[in-house]
Amino acid sequence: MDVSSLYNEQFMDHITHPDYKYPLDDATYEHDGINPSCGDELHLFVRLGDDGRIEESSYTGHGCAVSMASADMMSDLMVGKTPQEAIALCELFKNMVTGSEKDTELLEDELDEAALLKDVSHMPARVKCAELAWRTLHEMLQA
Amino acid sequence: MATMLSQDELLRIDTNPHKADFPLLAQNPELVFLDSAATAQRPLAVLDAQRHFYETMNANPLRGLYRLSVEATQGIDNARSHIARFIGALDENGNPQSSSIVFTRNASEALNLLAQTIDGIVHLNPGDEVAISIMEHHSNLIPWQRLCGATGAKLVYFRPNNNYEITQQEIEEKIGARTKIVSVTHVSNVLGVQNDIRAIAERAHQVGALCIADGAQSVPHLPVDVRSLDCDFLAFSAHKLGGPMGIGVLWGRPELLDALPPFLVGGEMIDSVTETDAVWSPSPQKFEAGTQDAAGAFATDAALSYLEGLGMDVVEERERLLSMYLCEQLRGLDYVTVIGPDDPSRHVGSVAFDVANIHPHDVASILDMSNVCIRAGHHCAQPLLTYLGWHSTCRASVAFYNDKTDIDRLVDGLNSVWRIFNGR
Repeated sequence: MDVSSLYNEQFMDHITHPDYKYPLDDATYEHDGINPSCGDELHLFVRLGDDGRIEESSYTGHGCAVSMASADMMSDLMVGKTPQEAIALCELFKNMVTGSEKDTELLEDELDEAALLKDVSHMPARVKCAELAWRTLHEMLQA
Repeated sequence: MATMLSQDELLRIDTNPHKADFPLLAQNPELVFLDSAATAQRPLAVLDAQRHFYETMNANPLRGLYRLSVEATQGIDNARSHIARFIGALDENGNPQSSSIVFTRNASEALNLLAQTIDGIVHLNPGDEVAISIMEHHSNLIPWQRLCGATGAKLVYFRPNNNYEITQQEIEEKIGARTKIVSVTHVSNVLGVQNDIRAIAERAHQVGALCIADGAQSVPHLPVDVRSLDCDFLAFSAHKLGGPMGIGVLWGRPELLDALPPFLVGGEMIDSVTETDAVWSPSPQKFEAGTQDAAGAFATDAALSYLEGLGMDVVEERERLLSMYLCEQLRGLDYVTVIGPDDPSRHVGSVAFDVANIHPHDVASILDMSNVCIRAGHHCAQPLLTYLGWHSTCRASVAFYNDKTDIDRLVDGLNSVWRIFNGR
């Protein structure tokens, strides 16, 4: 696999200039996610609007580029989604990185930029990194 | 780039007479394998031996009275005696002490065997102490942690000084009247440093404690002699020295092995069984319940012959040059921090390092895309990493079948990693 297929400019932009890496003072929900074996630590914030939709989503923490870029892409995608829609997207993302959903068109339509991470399905050791934010959001919204 | 190696030494690691012996390396010339501390590549002689066993000698060893089974048994016995000779386990007449070699699945199992049976020779009470070092692999840490948890004994840790040495003062402070068991790695799988097992064993014996050495990272790379280490037990794995996966060794002083109770029980480890009782075979069979990996033992025998053909002193010297070159080249990169002693010759095979602000998993993934294999993570030594203030690190480790080009390719790969994250 070519380096540029995953660690490309668009991906690296989320590392060098993350858009959503900050704490939310008025979060409706907060939740921690960790990958003990990697040392990835994520703290996720979500604020719901009066209509019950996600108004803002952000994160703090540290970890590898795959986990952090994934969290940034996810935060962008979740704005305006209902919790149920968000959970469905978390499941779709999981299916993408574990290789069970391969429909590129569907993935790009639904996951937008996060579809860039589909190559992780060829890197079993990195699936946990990519999933961290999504798994954390899923847990938070289901609780 | 600056190097302490002479032109002649550089030339020696630039040429590589060994790679051709290793099918996986020979068939993948683009592959840069720098993870031998995790597992070594296997030479053709070992693969042939494994196949030879199944093609010509295959029968269940120990029990059969027909020729094939006798040959299979002979295969195991020869391996046992070869291993004994390889690590200097000789009797007063200079003959290998086969009975001191117990086959296990790996070094981890050998250490677990000890931790679970050691009550037969040393009974731990609350207030007693077990001393290990902070640089243990989890395999030589968790078994003792559990044993201490179960008996109320205290687990104490040797800690290295700023120069990554366990000093004589530290040895004397941590081994005292309460110490009953001391178990220390001979070579650290992260820092690459060699611990002075002989000095640790001497102190342990002074206070009447047992001394166990984890040789997983030393037996493959250095001439190891249990008489000069003067420890009571030594554990190591065949797969790290070019033998098959799934076979390991516990060496013990015969009188101590005799005093230990069995580990697993069942077939092939008894002399007689009645409805109410069983009589154990003498060691080492006492510890080897069930059908043993006879083919693995036979192939391990071949792995030792291969290493002896090269000469362990030759292996040690070539790996010393490679480790030094690796260390120096990594130090030459201003964005890399080498973790471990400054003196590059003190890294036995393994060099742990950090790439500034880039997670080791990203480093390893990107290197993988240019066919460079290194390890990233906590290297099964989380307490050490925590002690040193790291969460995870990169680790490159060499064996004699590596060469200068492998290390240059690693450096090129690291430069690409740095460019991807930081632009040009």
